[in-house]
Amino acid sequence: MTAVPRRPIRATLALAAALTMGLSACGGAKVSADGTAAANNAASCVDTSGDSIKIGFLNSLSGTMAISEKTVNDSLNLAAEEINAGGGVLGKKLQVVTEDGASEPTKFAEKARKLITADCTAAVFGGWTSASRKAMLPVFEGANSLLFYPVQYEGLEASKNIFYSGATTNQQIIPALDYLREKGAKSLYLVGSDYVFPRTANKIITAYAKEHGMEIKGEEYAPLGHTDFSTIVGKVRSANADAVFNTLNGDSNVAFFKEYRNAGLTADTMPVMSVSIAEEEVGGIGVDNVQNQLVAWNYYETVDSPQNRTFVQAFKAKYGQNRVTSDPMEAAYTSLYLWKAMVEKAGAFDTAAIQNAADGVTFDAPEGKVTVNGQNHHIAKTARIGKINGTGLIDSVWTSPGPIDPDPYLTTYPWAKGLS
Amino acid sequence: MNTFRSLWATTWFRLLVGLAIGIVVLFVLAPAGLSDFRLSLLARFLCVAMVAVGIGLAWGQGGMLVMGQGVFFGLGAYLMAMHLKLADAGPGGVPDFMLLYGTGELPVWWEPLRSPAVTVILIVALPALVAGVLGYLIFRRAVRGAYFAILSQALVAAFAILLIGQQQTTGGTNGLNGFRGFFGYDLNDPANQRMLYFIAAAVLVGMVLIVWQLRRSRFGELLVAVRDQENRTRFLGYNPALVKTVAYVIAAVFAAIGGALFVPIVGIISPADVGVVPSIAFLAGVAIGGRATLLGPVLGSIAVSAAGSGLSETFPAAWTYFQGAVFILVVGFLPGGLAELVGRVRRLPARRRLRPDPTTASTTGITSGIDAPGPDTERIHA
Amino acid sequence: MEVIAAQLFAGASIGSVLLLAALGLSLTFGQMGVINMAHGEFMMAGAYTAFVLRGLIGDPNISLPLALVVGFGVGGLLGLILHRSLLSRMHNRPLDTLLVTWGVALVLQQLARDIFGAPNVDVPAPTWLAGPITVFGIGFPKARVFIIVLAVAAVVGISLVLTRTALGRRIRAVSQNRDLAEVSGISSPRTDDLTFFIGSGIAGLAGVALTLLGSVGPTLGQNYIVDAFLVVVVGGLGRVKGAVIAAFGLGVLQAFVELSLGASLAKVLVLLAVVAFLQIRPQGLVTIRTRSLA
Repeated sequence: MTAVPRRPIRATLALAAALTMGLSACGGAKVSADGTAAANNAASCVDTSGDSIKIGFLNSLSGTMAISEKTVNDSLNLAAEEINAGGGVLGKKLQVVTEDGASEPTKFAEKARKLITADCTAAVFGGWTSASRKAMLPVFEGANSLLFYPVQYEGLEASKNIFYSGATTNQQIIPALDYLREKGAKSLYLVGSDYVFPRTANKIITAYAKEHGMEIKGEEYAPLGHTDFSTIVGKVRSANADAVFNTLNGDSNVAFFKEYRNAGLTADTMPVMSVSIAEEEVGGIGVDNVQNQLVAWNYYETVDSPQNRTFVQAFKAKYGQNRVTSDPMEAAYTSLYLWKAMVEKAGAFDTAAIQNAADGVTFDAPEGKVTVNGQNHHIAKTARIGKINGTGLIDSVWTSPGPIDPDPYLTTYPWAKGLS
Repeated sequence: MNTFRSLWATTWFRLLVGLAIGIVVLFVLAPAGLSDFRLSLLARFLCVAMVAVGIGLAWGQGGMLVMGQGVFFGLGAYLMAMHLKLADAGPGGVPDFMLLYGTGELPVWWEPLRSPAVTVILIVALPALVAGVLGYLIFRRAVRGAYFAILSQALVAAFAILLIGQQQTTGGTNGLNGFRGFFGYDLNDPANQRMLYFIAAAVLVGMVLIVWQLRRSRFGELLVAVRDQENRTRFLGYNPALVKTVAYVIAAVFAAIGGALFVPIVGIISPADVGVVPSIAFLAGVAIGGRATLLGPVLGSIAVSAAGSGLSETFPAAWTYFQGAVFILVVGFLPGGLAELVGRVRRLPARRRLRPDPTTASTTGITSGIDAPGPDTERIHA
Repeated sequence: MEVIAAQLFAGASIGSVLLLAALGLSLTFGQMGVINMAHGEFMMAGAYTAFVLRGLIGDPNISLPLALVVGFGVGGLLGLILHRSLLSRMHNRPLDTLLVTWGVALVLQQLARDIFGAPNVDVPAPTWLAGPITVFGIGFPKARVFIIVLAVAAVVGISLVLTRTALGRRIRAVSQNRDLAEVSGISSPRTDDLTFFIGSGIAGLAGVALTLLGSVGPTLGQNYIVDAFLVVVVGGLGRVKGAVIAAFGLGVLQAFVELSLGASLAKVLVLLAVVAFLQIRPQGLVTIRTRSLA
């Protein structure tokens, strides 16, 4: 190799120095003293002059979460189609901008920013994982725009810029625990994926158990995507609790339930209460592996009401008879109608008007009547405990007497003090 | 010798022209022509390109397939994010997520990051230390080639699982997000986002200049020598482990700085950005642009990021096929990357060169004068 | 005592899964220096083969044994195509094969998504593999026992092929000294093709077996590929014996650490243990002595 002639590096250094200096102090506003950012200074660019209005759908259409989020996207599109067929919102047709969150929180934040600032959508619908919601939250608060989030989650949040149409903990987990207690369960074993929702849920469950004299026989977490449950199932088996509370997510459920069955455990010997398995997931796990196991949600395809019959029929007509409807899909469908109702009540599309009008807005959803709570932006929902039947659908075995008011911080439960 | 000199002179001139074009585009055209949203997107691409510059040095020049850059990117990003969280919380305060999901008490190892100065030092020093110790141990034992690649993958997998598992102190899968300020500047102000873009652009240009100097130095030659003939270099009295470690450390520090700037620009860092898959994705741009060239990794990386952002918006499925096809075609048939393609076109006799494509012509102008090396010559001795 | 027996079994079971995933890799990576990141996707192809056959035949009692054979063929065929079309021209660029096959892996995943849909599919287990066998009061899931037996059979099969057949001698000859083998009249491209067929075939076989334990979806392979490579690296390149020791060693380690520290931390510790181990023995557990400066 020929030696490269050496040059003084002075030129480079000078160039670098010049560049650094060229970085003029072009900074903008500083964080104000009281710690609150000078937010809401970005003027909204939403165009309300034409005969259509833009809204954004932001779901993962690729990556690991696409399995679940694609279905939410389908039901959102169904709702938009129905609303447009019915004359739109305030006389304006909905123009949907779809973006792919690609199962990455970073992508969700980026696409949310795009929908708000480049596409100028009036509201955005989507998100699934807590990580994606947490990633989008500062974007929506910063730009003072609105997100409608359709999935049950761990609570402990109430942003003015998010409407939560899925269940919070007191509409899903606490009813599930009440049900198990009523059925005589004295001890529980907790199995979950290693992330925010299961850990928070299990903190609540532990506090509940302490209050009601139930024993927690063990608590196990598996990394997301974990495929080997022999040790965990072994522990569950030897602990011999009255029931298992399962907060596993996604693929892990398949491995868990196959192992559970292989180990000779059944719904009769040790029932499993799951909060992340809906109709959509049952097919992939295999009906044989989860038959007669319990789940807790607010909606099942089998819910018997005229609204639900219409919804299920419309969905199957649009996407195929072999498709199923599930709780998050219903919550997403409902969220678009709730937004429509809020806009119509406010008579305007802007964020402040909708926030002011939100309280008390109702919709006769497939799950039953839901009402928006203007304080915490969650909705009152009916809780339902279900049992997975032999066809892969879920039958309600217990239904709350009426819609349960949302309480994301569990302030009305004395035993939950100190959890948040 | 004469011909060599004139050739060298022109390459060096071409390089300068290329850099000048790059600087004009980065500092004048892009800020003037792009909306705030697009500019901040570009700023993110530049952060990824910083990782690529380091990979170009370690892989292209040094022959080390660094498949675990997510570790260093993540270290830089998390250090910065922790500091921003603490700054938001105020003196003596505790980040919000710890109150929600943790004990509400600040772990001891978070404490030093309250200080901006310590944070900046750690962002450089910690990855350098980790890469230095790890690299020297690994290279001293002559772990290389595929072993090294798989080992880096194991490390990055362990790192991601650890981050997810320690939810109370690292934010778990949610990662760290919701930052309000960046060293006192309000992150919601578009003017500050532009400032961040300029910082990222300047840092990237600085890194390219550093690598340029390194490549022209004795160290650069040694690195190439170690890549092509490690044993012969050793017999000549050099310590190949040391040479490789230095390149590895530089790559690690670049990745960490990229990560640290990524955080205020994007507003979030989560384990999904540092795992096995993103670590491999970092390599894509480098492979496409031309791993052994100076600007190939930068241009390739920005192009891949832009394609990812654009294509995935319209065709999510096609994007995956595209990514796969790029790896297969470029690495399989064009190991020198697009820079090699350009080189091949240039070497065609003049009469056969029908209307050279203007885009490729400009790329040629800014590829380095040092010849693209042949393919990796390492063999596995079983 | 019961706990120790149960964990030993769990470790053996994890080890057998790792071994099935790694055995084929150990052939292709070790004997030929090709780093096949699409190996996991060949496993996925095997798993989907089981799904398709079960759809065609209906009775899992018959379709699963059949799938083991067909899955081997499907995996092997995919491997053969990959090797012929891409990898055969890259033998002197092992690191590049890693990136090329990563691209192949992405394409295969998306293909699976487009053909079978993104959601997981269900492959029911045969009735004769449902539930546990109880020995001395401890229940051992039949499916896991079956996989351990399958892994042992695969190891014995590969060892016999390598040591007792003409093909095996050719494979070993080519992997130890390609030039000398060529000079001796062995066609190295043909031998490589066959090696790749067998190695990838075992991946297909592993995929079929995995339907008994976990989910069948487009990303099935991703869950195993890093672990499988670690087994090969720890075991020593191309050494069946090394892969066996490494797989069961890592499996038992994972099982026992998980017992006290939980699954997440166990995973991290196993990965770090591998990194530390390679510091001590960079060439793996079992090595061939050569005069080359490795």
